[in-house]
Amino acid sequence: MSSNRRLTYLPDGLPIPVAEPDGLSAPYWAGLRRNRLMVQRCGHCTTWQFGPEWICHRCYAFDPEWTEIDPQGRIFSWERVWHPSHPVLKQHGPYLAVLVEIPHAGSVRMVGNLLGDPMQNISIGAQVEGVFEHHLSSDPPYSLLHWRLSSAL
Amino acid sequence: MNAAARAERTLRGRVAVVGIGETDYYRHGASPDPEFKLALKAILAACGDAGIDPRDIDGFASYSEERSEASRLAAALGTRRLRAATMQWGGGGGGCCAAVANAAASIIAGLADCVVVFRSLAQGQYGRFGQATGIDTISGEKAYLMPYGVLAPPQRFAMRVRRYMHEHGVKQEALRAIALASYHHAQSNPRAVMYGKPLDESKYDASRWIAEPFHLYDCCMENDGAAALVLVPAERAKEFKNTPVYVLGAAVGSGYRTGAIPHNSPRYASASFDTVAPDLYAMAGLGPSDVGVVQCYENFTGGVVMALAEHGFFKPEEANEFLKFENLMAPSGRLPLNTSGGNLAECYMHGFELVLEAVRQVRGVSTSQAKRNDVAMVIGGPMVTPVSNLLLGSEATL
Repeated sequence: MSSNRRLTYLPDGLPIPVAEPDGLSAPYWAGLRRNRLMVQRCGHCTTWQFGPEWICHRCYAFDPEWTEIDPQGRIFSWERVWHPSHPVLKQHGPYLAVLVEIPHAGSVRMVGNLLGDPMQNISIGAQVEGVFEHHLSSDPPYSLLHWRLSSAL
Repeated sequence: MNAAARAERTLRGRVAVVGIGETDYYRHGASPDPEFKLALKAILAACGDAGIDPRDIDGFASYSEERSEASRLAAALGTRRLRAATMQWGGGGGGCCAAVANAAASIIAGLADCVVVFRSLAQGQYGRFGQATGIDTISGEKAYLMPYGVLAPPQRFAMRVRRYMHEHGVKQEALRAIALASYHHAQSNPRAVMYGKPLDESKYDASRWIAEPFHLYDCCMENDGAAALVLVPAERAKEFKNTPVYVLGAAVGSGYRTGAIPHNSPRYASASFDTVAPDLYAMAGLGPSDVGVVQCYENFTGGVVMALAEHGFFKPEEANEFLKFENLMAPSGRLPLNTSGGNLAECYMHGFELVLEAVRQVRGVSTSQAKRNDVAMVIGGPMVTPVSNLLLGSEATL
């Protein structure tokens, strides 16, 4: 990121992610707080699963285990967002969201922002590395997982 | 009907649309009427079109978290006997055909005799899809998206369309042709919110990006209004003054794990019709070449590309060649598309305006009438789950 950008990729004030009342995704959000990417992997049949569910979709074992994985993947798709759909994004300008596929974890996918120039050219299939972004002064505090091109490291 | 036919599990030819009606369509926030009043007006208009006493309605069916609920309608209309009240799960327009299917199933199963299917919507009074305000914390699917600025529907579907364009080499011009077709047809339709506001290629190209690959004109409007139809058993179809329009088939749902969040559907670059389109054709006993005119829900033009391909009108690799403006125009294009203007240019009535337009096509009274109008298709809510679709036909197709 260029030095004149703010510390977080998008401004504060967007909806804050929290686990559901039943706690289904709590290990995922708690993991991000500690710079760890957690996804479900069934202890019975080893099927990867993300987003989380209370059952393994393959073998029906309940409460699939949470496993830490390396936050590395490749861009499966992307979008450059121009229209501000939230008041805090007005005057912000375009930003990039990417869908990242994680081949070493059953090719589960997750959405994040792609750090760097919002006008950069993007290639589907490009390798990316995860970057944890902490919003500690938020109430409640939370953490996100962004991505940057491996070639930019 | 003989015993064997009666035992066959199908909607084909068993129910007919005998009345349609809608309110004026407004830009979002511009309705002078409250949402519930809009619902009542559309229902009374549909009953008037059919020539039926509204007190004889005995069922209501809707979708997309409809707020004008059946018991309040029944009380307001003096319904003598409420017998069916069905709501389809899922938001947006995925249920616009499913609501008709559910009403048809109620009638065929003997639960009801005269069901109104409708949608009422005053986005100015109840909030728009296109703005995410007043939310402090979020969980579930949106928690994996909204903090990254993936807030509103254009942003939620742009990556799906981008992936499809990548996999099949679909160009922006294919999306543009769909927008041009809707706007072209709206210019003949005085009901259309975009009546008198034509669109051409240069205006599309110059329009701002909402979320690439969606320009402004790739995205549906947001509107206020209501639309309704009256469904009766086929045996009663000729008691009413209009030419009856028969349900030839309907299907609802989605394929394997389409609902895996966030963006984890195995067939990601899809409009969710991989299983639903074959079900529709099987029930109707028809194929794509039998369909003369299509109304396909344009939440976004890219969803229309995928949905038409999944219904077999062309292969994904043929999209650029097929999706040309001249092919999509009534009366004589290869596949006249969204002949009222649809969600882009008539009214975003969550697709129910598309169902009414398909009825008009079969009746032969559209403002952009297709030459082949005996079989009309409606495709609801591409890219969501559950989706649904519908084939309507004239008496000659039974």
